[in-house]
Amino acid sequence: MNVLLDHFSDFRDGFLGTVSITAVSSVIALVLGLVVAGFRVSPVPPLRWFGTAWVTLLRNTPLTLLFLVTTFVVPEILFPGMSAFVLGSLALGFYTSSFICEAVRSGINTVPLGQAEAARSLGMSFTQTLRMIVLPQATRTVLPPLSSILIALTKNSAIAGAFSVTELFGWQKVMSEEGYSIVPVFFWVAVAYLIVTFTISGVFRVLERRLEVAR
Amino acid sequence: MSSSSVLFDAPGPRAVVRNRVFAVLGALAIVALITVSVVRLSDKGHLAPEMWDIFNYSGIRENIADGLVATLKVFGLAAVGSLALGVLLAVARLSDHRPVRLLATGFIELFRSIPLLITIYAVWVGLLIDHSMWALAIGLSLYNGCVQAEVLRAGVNAVPKGQREAAYALGMSKTQVMTTVLLPQAVRAMLPTIISQLVVTLKDTSLGYIILYPELLNSVRLISATTLVNGQYPYVSTIVVAGTIYVAMCLALSALATWIEKRGRRAKSGIGIAPAAEPAAAAAVLGGEAASGAVLAHEDTPGTAADGTGRGPAKD
Repeated sequence: MNVLLDHFSDFRDGFLGTVSITAVSSVIALVLGLVVAGFRVSPVPPLRWFGTAWVTLLRNTPLTLLFLVTTFVVPEILFPGMSAFVLGSLALGFYTSSFICEAVRSGINTVPLGQAEAARSLGMSFTQTLRMIVLPQATRTVLPPLSSILIALTKNSAIAGAFSVTELFGWQKVMSEEGYSIVPVFFWVAVAYLIVTFTISGVFRVLERRLEVAR
Repeated sequence: MSSSSVLFDAPGPRAVVRNRVFAVLGALAIVALITVSVVRLSDKGHLAPEMWDIFNYSGIRENIADGLVATLKVFGLAAVGSLALGVLLAVARLSDHRPVRLLATGFIELFRSIPLLITIYAVWVGLLIDHSMWALAIGLSLYNGCVQAEVLRAGVNAVPKGQREAAYALGMSKTQVMTTVLLPQAVRAMLPTIISQLVVTLKDTSLGYIILYPELLNSVRLISATTLVNGQYPYVSTIVVAGTIYVAMCLALSALATWIEKRGRRAKSGIGIAPAAEPAAAAAVLGGEAASGAVLAHEDTPGTAADGTGRGPAKD
C-alpha cells in the first residue's frame, strides 16, 4: 500500500506509458498486419513471398532480440537519436503485425467461397473484392483472435520497460531497487495490467456484439 | 481450400501484364528497401569484413556456445516444469471438487494475465536473486504451465465421451480413467499445439537477458559491448548471428510440430489431431486469453466461426 501512495505520480506515469505504447504499437501492428495479409493473398508473387518471409521471420524471432535490433540497428539505418518510445513501439508493432497478419488471413479463409466468387462474377477486381466483400465479412471472425493478440501486445509491452521506455515494468524495477518489498509492487503492477487488459477485452466484447448477425 | 486463389480470376492477357507490372514494382520496392538498409549500414562500417571476422576467434565462439547451452538448459527446465505444472493444473481444473477447481482456475487466470516479464522479475528479486537461471525457469514454467493446462484441458474435453463412459463401466477409478484413458489421448491429440507452445517458451527464454542470466542473447550483447572493431562495436553482426540461431531453433521445433500433425492426420486411430498452430491461433502464444477463448467458443458452439478457422482442438 505504501509503495503506491509514496510513488503515485511515478506509478501514474508508468501506467500512462504502458497505455500509450500499447496504443501506438497497436496502430502500427494493425496497419502493417492488414497490408501484409493483403500481400499474402494477392495475385502478385513477389508480394506473396515478401509476406511469407515477413511472417516467418518475425514470428520466430524473440521479441527481446527485436528490441535490440530497434535499439542498435534501426537508428543506424534511419537517423540517430530516435526516442526509446518510438523504437519500442516499432519493435512491438512489427512483432505483433505478423500475428495480426495470420489472424486476418485465416479470417479471410473463413468467408464462404461463394462470396468471393459472386464478387468476381460481378466483375470486381482483387482489391474491390477484398475491400468491399471479403474483409468486412472477415472482421467478425477476426475480432476474437484480434482481442487476444492486442492483450498479448499489452503484456509484451513490459519488455519495453527494460529498454528505457517509461512504463509499468520500469516502475517495478525502480521500486524494487529502492528497497521496497516485491510483493506489493508486484500486486499493484498486476492490477494495473489487469485494468488495461480487461478494458481491451471489454471493448472487443462490445464490438463483437455490435457486429453480430444472425446466420 | 485456399481462398487466396478464389479472390482473383485466372488472369487474362491484360491482367497478366498488370500483375507483371505490380510484380516488378513490388520487387523493386522490396529490393530498394533492403539496399538502402544495407548501404546505410555499410556506410557506417557495420558490414565491414572485420566485423564478421570476430566469429573466427575461439573465445567468441566459446561465448556463443556457452550462451546457447545456457539457453537450452533453461529451456529444458522450463519445458519440463511447464508440462508438469500443465498436467497438474489441467487435472485440478477438471476435478470433481469445487474448491480444487476454483483454485486451479484462479491460478491459471492470474498468471496468464500478468506479463511474463513481471512474473520472472518478481520471482528473481523476491526469491532467487542469486539464481537467475532458476528464477527464469520458474517464471517461464508458471506462465507456460498455465497455457499448457488450458491446451490439455481442451484435449481432455475433446476425447469422445464414450471413452470415459467405457472406462467407468469397466470399474476404473477416477484416477485411472484420467491417467490411463483421458490424458494419453489428450496429449496425443494436442501434441502439435503443445510443441508450438514450447516454441513460444524457447523464444521467451530470451527474457533472461533482462534478469542478467547469461543466455544466448545476453552473451551476444556482452560480446558486442566488449569487442572493439575498427573503433566500433559489432552490434549488427552479433545481432544477425544471434537472430539466425534463434530463428533456426524455432523453425526446427515448429517443423517437428507440423510433422507430428501430418502424421497424426494420417493415423487411423480415430483421435482427431490439433493443428500445429500455437494455442488459439497465435493468440495465446503471446499469451492472451485466447486459449480458453477460442477453445471455449469451440466447445460451446461447434460449427461456428471458431470451428471454420481450423483453430482449437480438431474433433472430427
